Amino acid sequence: MRRRVEENLVAYGFLSAALVCFAVFSWYPIARGAVLGFQQVDFVSDPTWVGWENFERLFADPLFATAWRNTLLFTALALVFGFVVPFLLAVVLNELKHFKAYFRLVVYLPVMLPPVVAALIWKWMYDPGPGLLNSALRGLGLDGAAWLDSADTSMLSLVIVATWANLGTATLIYLAALQSIPGDLYEAAELDGASVLRRLWHVTVPQTRFVLLVLLLLQIVATMQVFTEPYVMTGGGPEDSTVTVLLLLYRYAFYYNDFGTASALSLLLLLVLGAFTALYLRVTRKADA
Amino acid sequence: MNSFSLRRAAGLLLVGSLSLTAVACSEAADTGAAGGKVTISVNGQPPQTQPFDRKVFDQDVAEFEAANPDVDIEPHEGFMDPKTFSAKLAGGQLEDVFYAYFTDPANLIARKQAADITEHVKDMPHYDAIRPELRDVFSKDGKVYGVPTANYSMGLLYNRALFTQAGLNPDQPPKTWDEVREAAKKITALGGNKVGFAEYSKNNQGGWHFTAWMYSVGGQIARQDGDKWVADFNNDKGRKALQHLKDMRWTDNTMGEKQLLVIEDVQQMMGAGQLGMYLAAPDNVPTLVNQFKGDYANYGLTGIPDGEGTLIGGEGYMLNPKATPEKIKAGLKWIQWKYLNPDRFEKNLQRYKDEGQPIGLPVPPVADIWTGELAAKQAELKEKLATVPVANFKSYVDATPKGKIEPPNAQQVYAILDNVMQAVLTDRDADPAKLLADAEAKVNPVLAQVK
Repeated sequence: MRRRVEENLVAYGFLSAALVCFAVFSWYPIARGAVLGFQQVDFVSDPTWVGWENFERLFADPLFATAWRNTLLFTALALVFGFVVPFLLAVVLNELKHFKAYFRLVVYLPVMLPPVVAALIWKWMYDPGPGLLNSALRGLGLDGAAWLDSADTSMLSLVIVATWANLGTATLIYLAALQSIPGDLYEAAELDGASVLRRLWHVTVPQTRFVLLVLLLLQIVATMQVFTEPYVMTGGGPEDSTVTVLLLLYRYAFYYNDFGTASALSLLLLLVLGAFTALYLRVTRKADA
Repeated sequence: MNSFSLRRAAGLLLVGSLSLTAVACSEAADTGAAGGKVTISVNGQPPQTQPFDRKVFDQDVAEFEAANPDVDIEPHEGFMDPKTFSAKLAGGQLEDVFYAYFTDPANLIARKQAADITEHVKDMPHYDAIRPELRDVFSKDGKVYGVPTANYSMGLLYNRALFTQAGLNPDQPPKTWDEVREAAKKITALGGNKVGFAEYSKNNQGGWHFTAWMYSVGGQIARQDGDKWVADFNNDKGRKALQHLKDMRWTDNTMGEKQLLVIEDVQQMMGAGQLGMYLAAPDNVPTLVNQFKGDYANYGLTGIPDGEGTLIGGEGYMLNPKATPEKIKAGLKWIQWKYLNPDRFEKNLQRYKDEGQPIGLPVPPVADIWTGELAAKQAELKEKLATVPVANFKSYVDATPKGKIEPPNAQQVYAILDNVMQAVLTDRDADPAKLLADAEAKVNPVLAQVK
C-alpha cells in the first residue's frame, strides 16, 4: 500500500492543486450550505441553530408545492421536446448527403448564444402584440397566442425556449452516437427488407440505447434546475405558473435574505436529484451487465 | 450539490470571510499609522458612465476632506443591492456608511444589521426639520438607525404630445381613475399600437403598484391589529381598484397586449412615444430624457388619481453595525454635509444649472424631505433657478395627497400581490374578489412574522 502511494506521489502532486480548488470552492460550500439549512444567520451575530424550523417554514409556504409541481411539469415537457426532437433531428442530419457541415453548424448556433440573450430575444418574439410569432400567425390568418402572458401557455413557451437553446448539443451527441453504428448492420437489415422505420427501431435505437439513457438522466438533472428562462422571461408569473424550485430558492436567498431556508430548499433539491442519479447508476449497471 | 444559487451564496460567504481576515489585518495596521485620522468607506458614488453625477460626487468628497482634515473618505461605487447586501456584511465588505431604500430599514433593524445612532443624531443640525414620517422609516421603538436623504411620492406621468394628438388638454391631466380610463381610450384610439395606460406586474413591481392603487383610493395593504399586522386589502376598495384595472385591460383594451411588464419596459414605451400614462415618481422624467432620448417638454406629471393618499418611498443612509463610534460620528458628519445641508442648497442648484442639468423637477439635487422654513427656502430657490418647464409638473407639486410608506415585509407582500395584478392583466376571466381573498390568506402569515 505504502509503495503504491509512493509510486503515485507525482500524480498526487499534480492532483493537489485541483483538489484544493475543489475543496475550497466546491466541497466546503456544499458542506457549509448543508449546515446553513439548519441555521438562522444575520451575518452580524453568530448563527443560531434552529433545527427543522427552516424546513417547516418551507412546507408551510403555499409556493413550495407550486414550485415542485411547476418544476416537474417543466421537466416532463422538456423531456418530451428536448429528448425526442434532437434525436429525430440527428437521424435526419445523419441521412443527409450534401451540406452536412452547414446544417450541423446551423443546428449548433443557438448554443453559442448566452442563455440570457436567448431568453430576451424570445421574450420579444413572444410579445403578444407586435411580436414576431404573433405577427407571423396573423399573417397566416390565425389568431395570435398569449404565450408568456397566460398561465395556460407560459410553461410551454419556456420549454420551447429551453429546447431551442439546448437543441444543438443534444443533436451533436446523438449524431456522434449514430455515426458510430457499424454500416453493415443497416446493410444487413436492408437486405432483409426492413423499412426505414424498422431500421430505426431495430438498429438505431438499440445501438444508441446507452447514449439515450445518459442524456435522459442528464436532461432530468439539468431541467430540474431550470432558472434562467423563468427568471428573465416571466419572473415566475403569470399567477405563479412558472415559479420553479430554483426561482423560489433564489427568492428566499436574495429577496428575503433568508439564507437558512434557501439552503434547506437546496438540500431537498439535492435529495431529489440524488435519487435520480442513483436510479441512473442502477439502470446503467444493469445495462452493462 | 446542484444548486448554483447556494453555491454562489456560499462561495461569496467564503470569499467574504477570507477578505474579512485580510481587512481585519489591514485595519490593525491602520490604527497605528493614522495618527487620529478616521477613514470611512461610503457608498453612493455614481458610476463612471454617469460622468456629471460622478464629477459632482468626487468634488464633494474633496471639498469635505479639505474642510474636515481629520476625516478621510473612501468612496465606493454603487447603491444598495439587496441581493449582495448580506454577503457584503458577512465578508466585512459592507461600507461604514451605506445606502438603503425605504423598503429595507425595517428588516435591517430587525436583523440588527444597522448601527444604533440615537445618541449621535442629537448633535446633528436640522435633523428635527426632516419630515417626521421619513425619519420614522429609519427608527424603531424610539431608537434611530439611519437618516433619510431623499424621497419620492407616486404621481401620474403622462405624454403631453399624445394628449394633444388625442384631443386631450395636456394642461388639465386626469384627476380621477375614471378620467384616466377615458383619457386612455382616446389615446389608444389613435392607433399604431399606442397604449393608453400601462401597469407593472412582475418582479414584485406589480405588488408595489397595487399598493399605490390602494393608497390612491384611500385604502391600505396592512393594518395593525393590537401588536400584530394583518392584511387590509380584501375589501370594497381593493375589489374596486382591481375591477377598474380589469375593465381598462379587457373591456376598453387600452393597456396593450403585452403584460408582465417591469419599470424598464414601461419607460421604454413612454420614451418611444407609444404610451399615454403610467404611475411614476418624478425621478422617471430625467430617466426618460437621458436613457430613452425623450424631451422634457413632452412629459407632464400630475398627482395620483383620486388623490386619497399616495405611496412614498425614497432613500437614506445607515451605518455599519460593526463601525466604531469614531467612524459613526465621521459618517454622520459626511451624510449631514453632503445630503442634509441647507447651506449648500443654492450652490448645488447653481452647479447643476451651470452644467445644463434639469432644475425645477420635483427631484434631487435638493430633495423634498424638509418641513417649515427649510422647505420654503428650497422651493423658492428651485423656482428661481428653474431650467425645465416647471408648469408641466405644477399639478403634481400642488397635489398634496397624504403620503403613506410601504407595508412591513414589503418585498414578500409584493411578491404575493404580483399574482393579483398578473391575473387581472392576463386572464380575461379573473375574479377580483377571489384573487384578493387568496392573496389575503397568503399575506397574513408573512405579516405575522413582523416583529
